[in-house]
Amino acid sequence: MYKNNSLWQFFASVKLALLILFLIAVTSIIGTVIPQKEAAQFYVANFGPTYARIFQILDIPDMYNSWWFLLLLFLLGFNLIICSIDRFPGVWRQVKSDGLAVPAERIRNMSTAAEWQVDRPLADTRDSIVKTLAARGYRATAKSAEESTILFAQKGHWTRTGVYIVHASILVIFVGAIIGSLGGFKGSVMIPETMSRDKVFLFGNKGTQDLGFSIRCDDFSIEFYDNGMPKEYTSSLTVIESGQEVLAKNIEVNHPLKYKGITFYQSSYQPTQDFVIEIGLPDGKTRKTFLTPFQEQIEWDEPGLQFGVINARVRGQEIVTAKLWFSDGNDSPESIWVDNDKPAELERESGTYTVTVKQLYATGLQVAKDPGVWWVYIGCGLMLFGLYVAFFMSHKRIWVLLSREKAGTAALLTGSANKNRPGFEKQFADLAGLLKTGERDV
Amino acid sequence: MDSSQLLGITTFTYLFASFLYIATLVFRSNRIGAVATWFTAVALLIQTAGIGLRWIESYRMGIGHAPLTNMYESVVFFSWTIILLYLFIEWKFKTRTIGAFAVPLGFLAMAYASFAPINKGINPLIPALQSNWLLSHVVTCFVGYAAFAIAAALGVMYLLKAYFGSDKKDVAGLLPPLSVLDDIIHKSMVLGFIWLTAGIITGAIWANSAWGTYWSWDPKETWSLITWFVYAITLHARYTRGISGKTIAWLSLIGLLSVIFTYYGVNFLLSGLHSYGSS
Repeated sequence: MYKNNSLWQFFASVKLALLILFLIAVTSIIGTVIPQKEAAQFYVANFGPTYARIFQILDIPDMYNSWWFLLLLFLLGFNLIICSIDRFPGVWRQVKSDGLAVPAERIRNMSTAAEWQVDRPLADTRDSIVKTLAARGYRATAKSAEESTILFAQKGHWTRTGVYIVHASILVIFVGAIIGSLGGFKGSVMIPETMSRDKVFLFGNKGTQDLGFSIRCDDFSIEFYDNGMPKEYTSSLTVIESGQEVLAKNIEVNHPLKYKGITFYQSSYQPTQDFVIEIGLPDGKTRKTFLTPFQEQIEWDEPGLQFGVINARVRGQEIVTAKLWFSDGNDSPESIWVDNDKPAELERESGTYTVTVKQLYATGLQVAKDPGVWWVYIGCGLMLFGLYVAFFMSHKRIWVLLSREKAGTAALLTGSANKNRPGFEKQFADLAGLLKTGERDV
Repeated sequence: MDSSQLLGITTFTYLFASFLYIATLVFRSNRIGAVATWFTAVALLIQTAGIGLRWIESYRMGIGHAPLTNMYESVVFFSWTIILLYLFIEWKFKTRTIGAFAVPLGFLAMAYASFAPINKGINPLIPALQSNWLLSHVVTCFVGYAAFAIAAALGVMYLLKAYFGSDKKDVAGLLPPLSVLDDIIHKSMVLGFIWLTAGIITGAIWANSAWGTYWSWDPKETWSLITWFVYAITLHARYTRGISGKTIAWLSLIGLLSVIFTYYGVNFLLSGLHSYGSS
């Protein structure tokens, strides 16, 4: 029998479970104290070459993905499975056990008990007790002998599996994590406004991942509070698949875009040295947008315009105002300072042009595909449900022994619960009172 | 009257309530005990009004959000949950002696909030915090932390009684029986464990909706998991190995240390995604 095997005993022991939990908890501290996923030089500079070498050998710089940490997690999962296989059959027997098979002697000796006598025949008494129990949610089964009847009813027999629901939930979460790491990816991409990308860079220098479609950033903007704190980062994204625009959405932090199982999260931004210049002609209708590097001349042939950004004032990396050089070929060229992303008017002999000069931003997106995430969520829900069942719900059992007496019937009510006994005692007392008075009322 | 005045008053009423509970214990007076209970309940109402008003004030400033977004606000809320949970336990288990150990924790939290050099202003939310998960994440975590704090207060009572309880005349003799303390320690831990689990889960779901990763081994996440393991070990030790009494009482203190480090230490000593808490 495998259960006598000492290796089986080893993995089925709670001592081992406690040891593994302890080891995971203690080793986890290392990664919170020693910064993770830094370059090799970082560890040499901060901890010296000897420690850096030891860290490298033990995979400390990425300890949560190291072989030994994953082994601990695997052992935890394995221990959970073996513990459950070892103990579940016994628990299942208790769930399935027939209360009527309990010897009358044991029922009589239970500490939670109430006794009374009625002057009615046994069958009547039995029927009315069954009815009262049913009204309380206890469905009774009966076993009758010549001079006596045993009634048995129970509630929450399945709640004995609560602990195993919790253990199973951890395994479901592990399964979700494995599905996610095998079938998904995580990466990032920088997309300058007006441009599109069809690849992302995977984290951990693992190369690139083709998306199977491309994603365009139409616009990026930052909103600020009055005190200068950032209020919102917004990117207008368009998904383009086989030349068709299939989806457009403004994403913000906490409000990502999802397409074909791949999710795009707003995560950073980068001001560039390029500009987007929008020119509106004096006719008030024709407008056109141009993308230009700093200090380079652009031409718009048809109306015969030449222009470019020749100077800029910056705060940090952000352009505050830019100096636009403009020529329409008629009178002498001119240069004006315009605020970033604010429309300005240019009075020329040929009419009034509207110009907007905007610094080009690139939006930084985090990109993730995780087909295991729903497993993880189901596991989490299962865990909360299992914890509630394991700690707050109990298996309550009730027996009634009825025996024929000369002047009627003697009744003995007993009961037991596997948890929260004080609570059960109260319910039991209520039930006993109800059954006794019920007898008198009829 | 603004929220900071109400919360300032709360600090002093909790201090006075602590004295009342200690007097109840020392003089074994039910009359003082009744006063202590009522006084604490009123203080809790004042604090509730303060938190509510702070919420309203943030809307008046045009940056409306639940008052749970920096160290000051979270410590105030921590204190609020400790007192609320304590009053529930007093009502449920019909004993006031725990108050002499639990209510001072509520006071200490408020005192830290009031007097420590931390930012007490109502600040707008950075984009990452603008989420519906903020409320459920913070509330679940702090109900858990409060339950663990009370378990630790009971643990101190247990250890006092277990080590110095031989002489009936001293303070230890005034404490509830060890079996009662052991039972409430266990129940508080169970409550805390379930809420901490919910807190970690809501945090994971939030992280996934903000960054696309439900778990990234950030120091705060890792420490919350370490805390979860400490209590998981404790509950298993009790259920399957029948360990109770002093060992569990000591574990309730170790657990609270881990909670405090998760909540406080990580923000100040380590870096990570939750660094907003240091402001």
